[in-house]
Amino acid sequence: MNILSRGLLALASLLLILTYFFPLWKIELIAPQYPEGLRMFIWVNKITGGTEFDLYNINLLNHYIGMKPIEPEAIPELKIMPFIVGFLIAFGLLSSLLGKRVLLYAWVITFTLLGIAGLADFYRWGYEYGHNLDPNAPIKIPGLAYQPPLIGTKQLLNMLASSYPDMGGYIMGLSLALGFVAIILDIRLSGGLRMEVKPA
Amino acid sequence: MLGKKKLMVGGLSALVVGALLTGCPPKKEAVKTSAVGVDAASKVYVPPGKQDEFYVFFSGGFNGQVTVYGAPSGRILKVIKVFSVDPETGYGFTPETRPMLMTSHGFLPWDDTHHPWLSQTNGEHDGRWLFINANNTPRIARIDLTTFETTEIIEIPNVAGNHPSPYGTENTEYVVSGSRFSVPVPQRDVPIESYKENFKGVISFIKANEPGKMDVAFQILMPGFNYDLARCGRGPSHGWCFFTSYNTEQAHTLLEVNASKNDKDFIAAVNWKRAEECVAQGKAKEMPATYYHNYYDEKKHMAVSEVKKSVKVLDPKECPGVAYFLPTPKSPHGVDVSDDGEYIVGGGKLATVIPIHSFSKMLKAIEQKAFEKEIDGIPVLKYDAVLHCELEKPCLGPLHTEFDGKGFGYTSCFVSSEVVKFDYKGCKVVDRVPTYYSVGHLLIPGGDTKKPYGKYLIAMNKITKDRQLPVGPELLQSAQLYDISGEKMQLIHEFFTIGEPHYAQAIPADKIKDKVKKIYPLAENEHPYAVKAEKDARVERKGNEVHVYMTMIRSHFVPDNIEGVRVGDTVYFHLTNLEQDWDIPHGFAVKGSEDAEILVMPGQTKTLVWKPKAPGVYPFYCTDFCSALHQEMQGYIRVSPAGSNVPLKYYTGTPPTAQK
Repeated sequence: MNILSRGLLALASLLLILTYFFPLWKIELIAPQYPEGLRMFIWVNKITGGTEFDLYNINLLNHYIGMKPIEPEAIPELKIMPFIVGFLIAFGLLSSLLGKRVLLYAWVITFTLLGIAGLADFYRWGYEYGHNLDPNAPIKIPGLAYQPPLIGTKQLLNMLASSYPDMGGYIMGLSLALGFVAIILDIRLSGGLRMEVKPA
Repeated sequence: MLGKKKLMVGGLSALVVGALLTGCPPKKEAVKTSAVGVDAASKVYVPPGKQDEFYVFFSGGFNGQVTVYGAPSGRILKVIKVFSVDPETGYGFTPETRPMLMTSHGFLPWDDTHHPWLSQTNGEHDGRWLFINANNTPRIARIDLTTFETTEIIEIPNVAGNHPSPYGTENTEYVVSGSRFSVPVPQRDVPIESYKENFKGVISFIKANEPGKMDVAFQILMPGFNYDLARCGRGPSHGWCFFTSYNTEQAHTLLEVNASKNDKDFIAAVNWKRAEECVAQGKAKEMPATYYHNYYDEKKHMAVSEVKKSVKVLDPKECPGVAYFLPTPKSPHGVDVSDDGEYIVGGGKLATVIPIHSFSKMLKAIEQKAFEKEIDGIPVLKYDAVLHCELEKPCLGPLHTEFDGKGFGYTSCFVSSEVVKFDYKGCKVVDRVPTYYSVGHLLIPGGDTKKPYGKYLIAMNKITKDRQLPVGPELLQSAQLYDISGEKMQLIHEFFTIGEPHYAQAIPADKIKDKVKKIYPLAENEHPYAVKAEKDARVERKGNEVHVYMTMIRSHFVPDNIEGVRVGDTVYFHLTNLEQDWDIPHGFAVKGSEDAEILVMPGQTKTLVWKPKAPGVYPFYCTDFCSALHQEMQGYIRVSPAGSNVPLKYYTGTPPTAQK
């Protein structure tokens, strides 16, 4: 690994520290009755509402369709995720220190796989919440599930539900992107895999 | 304020004398229709989804309320119950709010509100509180502008007809009160004919700057006149309050004639900083008096009453310099201090001039002892020594003046139904505009502060004949909105008000709207009967009392089935609204209830008391449309005959649990 790639990897790892201070993901519900919106933020270790009472109110509304209440303390991922991010930071910094190319590749691949696993897990939770409904719910619409979109916006009854990464998520993306840039730079500068580009 | 009967006579003379004053008789068309320009509508139109620029707080007069409107749209926003009970929210019915309406005369669910006054800091509106007087059984209430609810009421002893009230000082140190009806002080059984020797007026300063701590700081014993309106100084005149008086003749019968004889009555100038000194020096006497102080605790969701037993009374003879009289023509009503604090404008109901006194001249006259005479230890200053000028032939029946911050005063004229605009320094009328009809008070947002927002003027009219669809013998009163931003006043809007608003105050919406509470946090609810989770809901019997600790949330009550209540029991439904979302109140009503329903705000606890009279199963339900399943938000309470042994049990949706 050249010095630039090592620096980028270190930067990418250090950036991840910020993800402890910003939410990774934001889910927002807007309806005629909620012009100001109800918001839910997913952090590495917790779920919070846009206001002190948003989660309480989301759960209150969800009871009409029989959705399980969202209880952050009952979600095991929130207990593991801080360690996973911590591992990525430590792994990245160590790799940068040791400067071995294989470690850089390993870091980026691990990060990518963890990211995919994270999104898949997030999808699974969304699916669970949206499909696994109380059969005694007051409002039942045949064939309708209330799974929020993984990324994007979707109309769920009167609610316009949108789900997008938040600051922490973008930081994570940036960190991973820096990892890729580090690989590209590493390839370019070492010349090992350089390709000749001839003008047409 | 003049009565309607008196006005009919006044109205006739207005046509005659008004013609003399203004030069030509008013045309019938001009009286019937208003000269509203085509662009007027666009000036007051607030499109759906947009909000008004000002909050306007109107007194409700004989209905004991305050009504809140938006300006310029004239749309009603809320009716705040102050000295009246409210079957909608349960104010005055629930055990939590009944103490608010307690007085030394017992529980009084009515009064006559006249003059709202917005709290000030440095002579400007601060948007914290609104104060309002009860005229009939003297009281002053504080309305909290984060909740728009009445949170404090203090009774004023030794006073009758609390009319010059509750005008306040520039940092809300005090709000004032005065006797409209002088009475024996202390009250006793004397012949009415002994008025001159036994009847006294009393001016009170009520400590107002701390919520929950209102107190009659001191009272000043005044001659037995009728004290009418008041205004406290600002800037240079901070430390002084001014009160108009009429009936300086001290008549006690047929005042219409007998109190209209003197050519000059008085404005009383009271130096409250001097009064504070005298009180500190121990010159005030403790006088036995019984009066109530009631305070609503927003965390306990509960009002408490404390009974006070004495009051400090100051005799001007023992505190020289505390009060002076400024002679003022013919039964003055308004006494209004200009925004610069220097000019004091009197409104002589029967005068043909508007006298404008000068505060600095007054101080000089006091220094030079330019006194005419003394009444009960209060020096009467020489008229010429304090007068800045007399505004000649302004109108008929000048009442009350507000200021626009640009050097102009605006006086309402009751008899000639108009508003006159005048340059108070130069002492000349610059514009006049008709009102429809018989204007009492008028208002300019911030017109009684150091910094008026001289954009609009609202006239509060007593008579609305031919101004709206008739609805029987009793008509509403009207508010007319004038654009005063230009040189000429322009009528741009008219709307109708509830009760008989005597006065109003307006404040830019920005000073209040972001501070308004949306909910009461459940975590802060300290009501002794609150339950904050459904699992804690329960029913307990204590002798003949059954206490139901009930929760409400979209869209059910817990418990919603109750059995084991007997005829002869008193059932207390203590309801806690578990919602923490804006605009999700739940209501509660039970069949046969003699009390009101209650409306419980998110996070709040309220109690409905119910005494079932016959066995049966009674439904209760949510009265405020709360959600899609609002109609399903209901329950039953079973009442068994007295002496039966049906066990107490309660549940919601789960199998019943037998109780002891």
